[in-house]
Amino acid sequence: MRYDSLLDSLGGTPLVGLPRLSPSPEVRLWAKLEDRNPTGSVKDRAAFYMIEQAEKDGRLSPGCTILEPTSGNTGISLAMVAKLRGYRMVCVMPENTSAERKQLLAMWGAEVYFSEAAGGSNEAVRVAKEMAAENPDWVMLYQYGNPANARAHYETTGPELLQDLPEITHFVAGLGTTGTLMGVGRYLREHRTDVRIVAAEPRYGELVYGLRNIDEGFVPELYDESVLTTRFSVPSEAALKRTRELLDKEGIFAGISTGGSLHAAMAMARKAERAGERADIAFVIADAGWKYLSTGAYEGSLDEAEERLEGQLWA
Amino acid sequence: MAIEVRIPTILRNLTDDAKVVEGQGSDLGELVADLETRHPGIQERLMQDGKLRRFINVYLNDEDVRFVGGLDAELSDGDNVTILPAVAGGSR
Repeated sequence: MRYDSLLDSLGGTPLVGLPRLSPSPEVRLWAKLEDRNPTGSVKDRAAFYMIEQAEKDGRLSPGCTILEPTSGNTGISLAMVAKLRGYRMVCVMPENTSAERKQLLAMWGAEVYFSEAAGGSNEAVRVAKEMAAENPDWVMLYQYGNPANARAHYETTGPELLQDLPEITHFVAGLGTTGTLMGVGRYLREHRTDVRIVAAEPRYGELVYGLRNIDEGFVPELYDESVLTTRFSVPSEAALKRTRELLDKEGIFAGISTGGSLHAAMAMARKAERAGERADIAFVIADAGWKYLSTGAYEGSLDEAEERLEGQLWA
Repeated sequence: MAIEVRIPTILRNLTDDAKVVEGQGSDLGELVADLETRHPGIQERLMQDGKLRRFINVYLNDEDVRFVGGLDAELSDGDNVTILPAVAGGSR
């Protein structure tokens, strides 16, 4: 397939069946390979849409500075688009995200500011909002509240899924900014009223949780609970186990948050099987495993890997 | 019918510091009532006015029970229930 430029090749990712992980010919799992995007993650779609929209609205013009709180992938995507379009990119990320992400951001020319590990993504958002207030000419695209994030999935990911899998019964994705779930969820509902939209959110160990409190709870502005059918909270050990299963059984080398989505997808598959229902369950491979090699997630026993992952953010 | 229940640190004073306890019941409400017989006080920490407390999250095989019937969520042998205080990270 030929494209005029890298950005033109965005999206149109393969949807592949998982014959070994699917419980039966009636209950099938399908993986949407979003790691096949220009910088290797699903976030390329949102980054491109948010920058395009800001240009249309006149908020961005060449030479402008873009600021974004991000634990990695969105920053990498934005940095790539920013580089090609002539913007300066500044990211705020929690200090406990993987070394590869920091290097990748620097590679695509982004400047990185670190926020305290203890506060997670919430703290990165807070610090970024503070920096935005101090630098009024900087443009914060703010993926958590930018409708163009969800619209990217409503206009591209959703239609691609329906075209490749008209019989789709379930859609499963990670819950972060909620953009993927909101956009794809709304699109699919309009065409398949009974479709189940399933969220998988990361559940970190008490090492990460213990340092937060309820008042710091953060709900992205894009989030609309009515779009979701159900929601899973996936512990690190389950996400790790599924990430490895995906590699062992189907040969797909995915990042750890994808293991979380697979965990929820397999739970829905088991339910459908028990109920004697047909199911075609599509879930998102948000990115590949390369960026997480240094976390030790893919080496040694599961217990060892889990111990190494303790206290790190993996989604 | 044995259900494995994971207890958060803040409630372990009610379970002799046990991280995991066992219980039974055909739905979540029955399970909580069963736990109360061995761990008095736990029901009050989890429920208010016959409903799950707002700042307590309960997961059945990692699925948020609020989406599958709350206290009426059906349980089967071998299920895992996890109780967690609601905290940051997209909680409502």
